Amino acid sequence: MKIKGSQIIVESLIKENVEYMFGYPGGVVIPIFHELYNAPIKFILSRHEQGAIHAADGYARASGKTGVVLATSGPGATNLVTGIATAHLDSVPIVAITGQVSTNLIGNDAFQEVDIIGITRPITKHNYLVQDIKDLAKIIKEAFHIASTGRPGPVVIDVPVDISNSMHNFEYPSTVSIRGYKPTYDGHTGQISKACKLIEASKKPIIYAGGGIVISNSSDELREFVKKTGIPVTTTLLGMGVYPETDNLSMNMLGMHGTYYANYAVHHSDLLIAIGARFDDRVTGKISDFIPHAKVIHIDIDPASVSKNVLVDIPIVGDCKKILKMMNKEINPPKIDEWVEELIKVKKDHPLQYDMKDGGEIKPQYVVEQFYELTEGKAVITTEVGQNQMWAAQFFKYTEPRTFISSGGLGTMGYGLPAAIGAQLARPDRRVIDIAGDGSIQMNIQELIVAAQHKLPIIIAILNNGFLGMVRQWQQLFWDKRYSHTCIDFAPDFIKLAEAYGCEGIMVTEQKEVAPAIKKALKITDKPIIIDFKVSKEENVYPMVPAGKTLKDIIMRELA
Amino acid sequence: MSQHIISVKVENKFGVLARVAGLFSARGYNIDSLAVSKTEDDDISIMTIVVKGDDRIIEQVKKQLHKLIDIIKVSDHSQQASIKRELALIKLNCTAAKRGEVLQLATLFGAEVADISLKTITFSVDGDSGKIDRFIELAAPYGIKESMRTGLVSILKEKD
Repeated sequence: MKIKGSQIIVESLIKENVEYMFGYPGGVVIPIFHELYNAPIKFILSRHEQGAIHAADGYARASGKTGVVLATSGPGATNLVTGIATAHLDSVPIVAITGQVSTNLIGNDAFQEVDIIGITRPITKHNYLVQDIKDLAKIIKEAFHIASTGRPGPVVIDVPVDISNSMHNFEYPSTVSIRGYKPTYDGHTGQISKACKLIEASKKPIIYAGGGIVISNSSDELREFVKKTGIPVTTTLLGMGVYPETDNLSMNMLGMHGTYYANYAVHHSDLLIAIGARFDDRVTGKISDFIPHAKVIHIDIDPASVSKNVLVDIPIVGDCKKILKMMNKEINPPKIDEWVEELIKVKKDHPLQYDMKDGGEIKPQYVVEQFYELTEGKAVITTEVGQNQMWAAQFFKYTEPRTFISSGGLGTMGYGLPAAIGAQLARPDRRVIDIAGDGSIQMNIQELIVAAQHKLPIIIAILNNGFLGMVRQWQQLFWDKRYSHTCIDFAPDFIKLAEAYGCEGIMVTEQKEVAPAIKKALKITDKPIIIDFKVSKEENVYPMVPAGKTLKDIIMRELA
Repeated sequence: MSQHIISVKVENKFGVLARVAGLFSARGYNIDSLAVSKTEDDDISIMTIVVKGDDRIIEQVKKQLHKLIDIIKVSDHSQQASIKRELALIKLNCTAAKRGEVLQLATLFGAEVADISLKTITFSVDGDSGKIDRFIELAAPYGIKESMRTGLVSILKEKD
């Protein structure tokens, strides 16, 4: 029996077990929306396509499933671009379906026509323009396969409206075979043995764990590896939670705003064991001075990440989970008691800290800490980008993977609120808290109504300092304190705004109100809550290794 | 900056050339020459890309090329024994008086006369890049009116 292309799309999504879908209608996707009307897929209507794709991204990161988004041609498609790039840099599995003008109009500057395939080529793992209805089901099958396997990433399927409207038999392929795409999953056994020997002989090893461990669901294997070897762990921003930050051997986050002790450990190590991480410049600082004494083992599924920025001694390409499992069978613990003692002492001597006087200004770090205390760490945190993101990373202790959701690679402001919507749908059992700044939150504030409509009890914690704080911090430290266009204290009344959107608004201006406000918010379970924390205006994020500098240039907080 | 001859087997689909070219252009690399053609298999095309670049970055580009879904195989012919050919069309200013001299030079290079007019003569010459460079160099004093070359194609030598 022949069915319409639009039906093929929806039937294929059902075959892929898509539970939630995010998006926004428009002219050329009406046929697809027509089929969604009665489909057993929960469609979340965003208020801007960027909101839809970040929500799909948050859903994907929180659940481990593929996020699905649907938008129309032209501006609908271009509004997805920031979200596609966000997912691309952080390896998030997304299938984005865009409508396209009719095939006979392509290239004609037709109404709402853009070459979204051309635009998204460098920011997708792959993309497809459907030119023939007979390929449609196969393309959808391939798109889900490509998005979610190997190093995951976004895949765009551009569907001209005449394809949606034409008829074809529907048969969803059961298998995929793409000769140019065969990710390597099994690590090379010889390399694994070599790595184990190097680890056993090392005196100052450190594990540098990244988002690849989250993606491959290998947090348990990592924990076992640490248990077996006693090697301390530092994580990247995207790796947070893969190893409990409450443990002695956790060195917390490394890099530009990482802890002193994480950066100390990496700098002084004789062996860096990188697992599912990619040596981003925010991690390495000045690359020529990074790990001056260390050999490098690099475990990653993406061969293009190996020896990209830092030359690797023992590369192992494959799935982190499989490789760690094999290593756990083979590894003997190295003798590193002195090293571990040294690191634990450095950790004790140089903790993350901030300075708050009783009754004085509210420090943003304190707010984050209070969220940790009052949720007992059992929350999913999303962040915006900037100081709020770094404080959320530093002062909440993550003990499980997929509980810290943040735009790491692209650093997309406006990510946190829509991502929180996706995360809350994926994790109805957990409170989702968007740690936001007063700048970032305004970038996708329209999505608040989506959270309210679906009665999602997301807490939006605005660390309101009246500034685009991270840029202001750079201006203060490196640009002669010329706060050029970073002061945003001409701001909306966030409490009224919350009310206008059908949310609860709580204003907090004093320290003693912080905990009660959070407790009050946690009791509300049927709508989003904005808490407007008026925090210290010129608080900085420390420690800080300035861009392109090394550990010896680290700026520490000076306590009064 | 050294020269690399990268041979890429790709799916014969639209858009593949743009994906491949994009990886070079995103790094600010100008492709010196590019040849794309069909192969013995209708579904596969071959691209031969000649590019100058830092070895490490080219290595990275090759890995990135390999990551593209439509790319089947990537090999660097600069470090392997291969047969390399390109074709040039060269239009020289040449009146009847100089014809004999010019034809003598052409014979040495096995260049064919592709067209002849009262004031010009056009040669077609093929071979490796060095041979064509040399022919152009020696023909230059007669006055090159127009000259163009195809991209290099390269096929690996068989080992016995």
